[in-house]
Amino acid sequence: MNKLPLIIKREYIAKVRNKSFVVMTFLSPFLMVGMILLIAYLTQLNDNEKKVIGVLNESGYFANEFVTSEVTSYINFKDISLEQAKDSTVSLGFYGLIYLPNESNLEQVAQRAFFYSKDAPSAIVLDKLESSITGRLRQERLRELGMSPKEYAEMDRGYNINIETFDGLQNIKGINEIKAIIGGAFGYLIMMFIIIYGGFVMRSVIEEKTSRIIEVIISSVKPFHLMMGKIIGTSLAGITQFAIWIVSGAILLFIGLAIFDIDPASLTKGGGVAPGMANTANVDVDALTQNIQLYAQEIFELPIFAMLFFFIVYFVLGYLIYSSIYAAIGAAVDNETDTQQFIFPVILPLMLAIYVGFFSVFSNPNGPIAVAFSLFPLTSPIVMLMRLPWGIGEGGVPVWQLITSIVILIGTFIGIVWVAAKIYRVGILMYGKKPSYKELYKWLKYS
Amino acid sequence: MSHILVANDVTKQFGSHTALKNVSLEIPKNSIYGLLGPNGAGKTTLIRIINQITYPDQGSVYFDGELLKPEHIAQIGYLPEERGLYKSMKVGEQALYLAQLKGLSKAEAKKRLKYWFERLEIGDWWNKKIQELSKGMAQKIQFVVTVLHEPKLLIFDEPFSGFDPINANIIKEQILSLKENGTSIIFSTHRMESVEELCEYIALIHKSEKILDGKLTDIKKEYKNNIFEIGLEIDNEQLLLNEMQDKFQVLSQDYDSIEKQLNLRVQLPSNESRDILAFLGSRANVNGFKETIPSASDIFIKTIQNKNIDHE
Repeated sequence: MNKLPLIIKREYIAKVRNKSFVVMTFLSPFLMVGMILLIAYLTQLNDNEKKVIGVLNESGYFANEFVTSEVTSYINFKDISLEQAKDSTVSLGFYGLIYLPNESNLEQVAQRAFFYSKDAPSAIVLDKLESSITGRLRQERLRELGMSPKEYAEMDRGYNINIETFDGLQNIKGINEIKAIIGGAFGYLIMMFIIIYGGFVMRSVIEEKTSRIIEVIISSVKPFHLMMGKIIGTSLAGITQFAIWIVSGAILLFIGLAIFDIDPASLTKGGGVAPGMANTANVDVDALTQNIQLYAQEIFELPIFAMLFFFIVYFVLGYLIYSSIYAAIGAAVDNETDTQQFIFPVILPLMLAIYVGFFSVFSNPNGPIAVAFSLFPLTSPIVMLMRLPWGIGEGGVPVWQLITSIVILIGTFIGIVWVAAKIYRVGILMYGKKPSYKELYKWLKYS
Repeated sequence: MSHILVANDVTKQFGSHTALKNVSLEIPKNSIYGLLGPNGAGKTTLIRIINQITYPDQGSVYFDGELLKPEHIAQIGYLPEERGLYKSMKVGEQALYLAQLKGLSKAEAKKRLKYWFERLEIGDWWNKKIQELSKGMAQKIQFVVTVLHEPKLLIFDEPFSGFDPINANIIKEQILSLKENGTSIIFSTHRMESVEELCEYIALIHKSEKILDGKLTDIKKEYKNNIFEIGLEIDNEQLLLNEMQDKFQVLSQDYDSIEKQLNLRVQLPSNESRDILAFLGSRANVNGFKETIPSASDIFIKTIQNKNIDHE
């Protein structure tokens, strides 16, 4: 009779009912969404604070530049000295004072203009003042050159080189970075899942050891079944947790945005940028939307289904390999403090995979380092996934590499599970001192 | 087949340490079989082999006439010395889970659990978590879980540790009633009082080897040293003692002159007591005559001491 489903069910229920698990599952989305909302709210608050700036304009220019807007009020001082204006600014509690002296020409005025404030002024305020003055200066310079603003805009238009692959596919700048980020996200997700849920598996094994139930259980089932049941049950609990997070996170974010009346677009734009800035950037809006379309098209053309499929394959194999190691570690020790020595070598390849991925795969997805690490079984689940957004076959990951990597991974999986099961079987019945690596090796030879 | 379990020449090695060396046992059906030995002798290893937690390097084990195989797990109930339960799981759920692991269906397990919980008067614990129970209470649950699937062979490793005398007695009664109902029981312990009370057969394991086994009464007979305790009512004890000196070996004497009571310990050359009784009967009033029978504890200590001397 197969008792594996029973064990999986118990492990799953035990994990899911665990108080800290429940708290983590339901609190995390609130924490995350709360954090996002808080940041958005604070950013908005920051923007909404209306700044009052005094203007002492002794020059004949800049009559139209400093007009009160939603974000900034300008109060004009008239017929007072600079010192008096400064005092008034302080006593009225204004944010600062812009002083435009009386000079013979605009360039001179700009040259001698000052902004006084209590503390160092914020970059946003300065940007705004500078762009106002720059705008006026440019106008004046154009007038002197006899050129209309329209002609200037024409002249200032940027240029992007056309890029294409040899196959004639249109390519766009920055797409590599986007691919890298997508691949990196997959790899990172796998690493986090392995570390968190591998740790759960390990603690669960230690718990069975310290509560001494282990001998009762393994007089009914094979240790191998218990180990696999534990690994599978825990991972199902993890998948449940992820699913709850994704669904509830999305719902909460939606509700939160509605309640606080925050425009989601303002979040993506990076709230800190002041509205006035966009005008000065002089971007060709049409070109931008065209680019976005290209990016979107490119992302849609990513091998999404292949990526998801291989994500699952590498995820399952990688998780099984690592969590068997975690289970073996849990079996070898008596308490969690003893695990450190064994955990470090386990986390090392995961970290290595992430760093190799970020530095080597992103710069050259088919370079020798990237290929080597996407074949090495302890790093391949992460590194190969980072390479996959570049496609499979021509231009991307050669099919033979993909197959070799999976074959090596499966072989390693069988080997590691075999070794882990041996250590597990001996370890769960061993109490007392922490074993050395040498002793672990000896355990492998016990029958 | 009259044996529930037969072990032939079982040897088990852990690295350089030999845990069991050529151990052979025959455990009769429907009996309580005491597996005795000091700590670290190899009892637990033997029990783990029977439970198929580990496997012997050499030798074979037969269960109910068949070579031991995984299917037999459902026929064996095991209460390990190092026992425990999931602390944060509810009593009822946990018992159901463990019963299902032994191959019972959920409905059947529930029915039997109800019966046992009533029998041990612990019905209201169903929804409690183990961590809310005392150690003794948890032990009771553990006992129920061990016997629930009605195995042919029950293995108890130090079953009374952790119990107060009252509960220990309840468990003892349960063990005896299980035996009455036809279950064979292996009882591993180093507490000799319980051996005397429960076991019909014993085996003594020492330093990985079996050094003694058989029916407890036979073993005791074998270990009898023909010492008799005699109580006499007599006026002139000195005269009798002088007379006895030539014929019998008197080990100790103790005379109460007020009660006129003489207590003797006498070593006889054989189990034959007719001569001395005839001798004493004609000279004094015999009011006590008993052959001293060694306790299991005496046998245990004596055998192990002899063995240690042999080794030196």
